[in-house]
Amino acid sequence: MMTLDFEEPIIEIEKQISSLKERDSSDQYAEEIAQLQQTRDRVIQKTYASLSPWQTVRVARHPERPQTVDYVRMICRDFCELHGDRHFGDDPAILCGFARIGAMKVLVVGHNKGRTTAEKIACHFGCAHPEGYRKALTKMRLAEKFGLPIVTFVDTPGAYPGLGSEQRGQAEAVAMNLREMSRLRTPIVSIVIGEGGSGGALGIGVGDRVAMLEHAWYSVISPEGCAAILWKEANEKTNELAARSLCLTARDNLSNGLIDDILDEPVGGSHRDPAGSARTIETWVIDQLGELARLNPETLIRRRFDKFRKIGAVTSRALPAPTES
Amino acid sequence: MPEKTMPRTWDDVQTVSQSKKGVPEGLWMKCPVCEETIFRKAVEANLWVCPKCEHHLRVSGPIRIDQLLDPGTFEPMNEEMAPRDPLEFTDLKPYVKRIEQAQGKSGQNDGLQTGAGFIKGRKLVVAAMDFNFLGGSMGSVVGEKLACAIEEATDRDLPLVVVSCSGGARMQESGYSLMQMAKTSAALARFDDEGGLFISVLSDPTFGGVTASFAMLGDVIIAEPRALIGFAGPRVIKQTIRQDLPEGFQTSEFLLESGFIDRIVHRHELRNEIGRIIDYAGK
Ligand SMILES: [Zn+2]
Repeated sequence: MMTLDFEEPIIEIEKQISSLKERDSSDQYAEEIAQLQQTRDRVIQKTYASLSPWQTVRVARHPERPQTVDYVRMICRDFCELHGDRHFGDDPAILCGFARIGAMKVLVVGHNKGRTTAEKIACHFGCAHPEGYRKALTKMRLAEKFGLPIVTFVDTPGAYPGLGSEQRGQAEAVAMNLREMSRLRTPIVSIVIGEGGSGGALGIGVGDRVAMLEHAWYSVISPEGCAAILWKEANEKTNELAARSLCLTARDNLSNGLIDDILDEPVGGSHRDPAGSARTIETWVIDQLGELARLNPETLIRRRFDKFRKIGAVTSRALPAPTES
Repeated sequence: MPEKTMPRTWDDVQTVSQSKKGVPEGLWMKCPVCEETIFRKAVEANLWVCPKCEHHLRVSGPIRIDQLLDPGTFEPMNEEMAPRDPLEFTDLKPYVKRIEQAQGKSGQNDGLQTGAGFIKGRKLVVAAMDFNFLGGSMGSVVGEKLACAIEEATDRDLPLVVVSCSGGARMQESGYSLMQMAKTSAALARFDDEGGLFISVLSDPTFGGVTASFAMLGDVIIAEPRALIGFAGPRVIKQTIRQDLPEGFQTSEFLLESGFIDRIVHRHELRNEIGRIIDYAGK
């Protein structure tokens, strides 16, 4: 497993445990091993209970953190992938398909980061192109037409910034999804499972209910992007400052009213227990869709509209007098 | 029009000196593109378009509204709406300080002016962004004022014209800024449901969360000549692809050729063209 620097004490204990286990006479050390395991669990709990925002970002990017494909495998039955935007191509950075979750038939849409090097390159590390956002919208309209609720998994550093993506209208593609998702006449639930980077995340994240996994991040810009602009340089120190300032953690986003729920992760993060994380998500999705199914489409989209309409922090003051030049 | 060199990147464009009122100061000024020294009053009388090379200089929200509307017809809305600092954001400078300075500099509470008025006798709701106010960035006030303007147009059954000029979302309001993209787009969905006409005018520069929300959702999208318009900024793209950007990339002309805008309109013709489109598509 890849190590994050703040996990080193944990890894150190784990090494001790495995070296004891490897001994021929490991039976004699059973008590010692049990003690070490307790210590390890305590350290994990303590570390993860007090992650700094920048540490959270790094947990959210952990290479072994479960991705959309993993959750689809663990939560969905009979996944039927649907490809292509019917205009330009099929962006592997967004995964779409029909699936069954519990007793429900749904449409799943999610960012796809890729696990192997080849997959990562094909998916541009989870940064979708316009055809990805258009594929998502095409399939979401299909779901609306046939009355399927939509489940979206958000996990992207941001929409891809490149030549082709600009030429094919990255901005238009994201904008269209924001407008159309706001009036789709079928329930939408979204879970930020890892990275919620800016408009590229929101582009499949306009949901009736939006949740974040405990160690996911969601913000208008990545800490590095923010540090490079506002602190003039991205380094460990400014990334840490930017991550804190951006209020990008699940807790911050919930207390600011920008999301509806936080889904607790297994102790030590989802990468330590993907199945545990999957169970939490599955339960939440089934609960939320069960509640939303009771609303008629008019009420549903009115409430979705109201939820986003009320977000903002403004005050009132007299027009300022311009200072003399 | 004479051939001229475009500023290569948005950063080049940003270095154009601007006075406290959002326009160059002094009796004489230098055009940032053709570098001719020109009489300031002549440029002003030419709607802040360089008389030598036709470069469209950036104008503030109030000047834009002045240029667009029939004289004396503007009724401002929500002028007193002002930003808060919900995240107590401090980078190299506290956000509250940046707000104060921008307010002093512009005489406005934030970077968007909205209201009702007339263009060539046609009643409409208008909104104009102000690059002079923290790079025209969209925070809660910009999002809220725009949503209110869209709702005003919806309720009063009027066409809506929004002139964009922005570097994107306002980082200092983080998630609040991001959600303004969803809020304004959702308000436009309702306006669209009611059959409202939205003319989106893109000026130099229009980027990020503004382009990726309301600016690209016009029923008709117009851009001023040679404006830089895109999702990601040129610098970010260059860093990602590790190569130079092609000549003319992310210009109005590039967007027209790629199929993402309807027309490129010279500032002198903007009033005429908007009036014309309202006559075809407005109610
Ligand atoms: Zn010139």
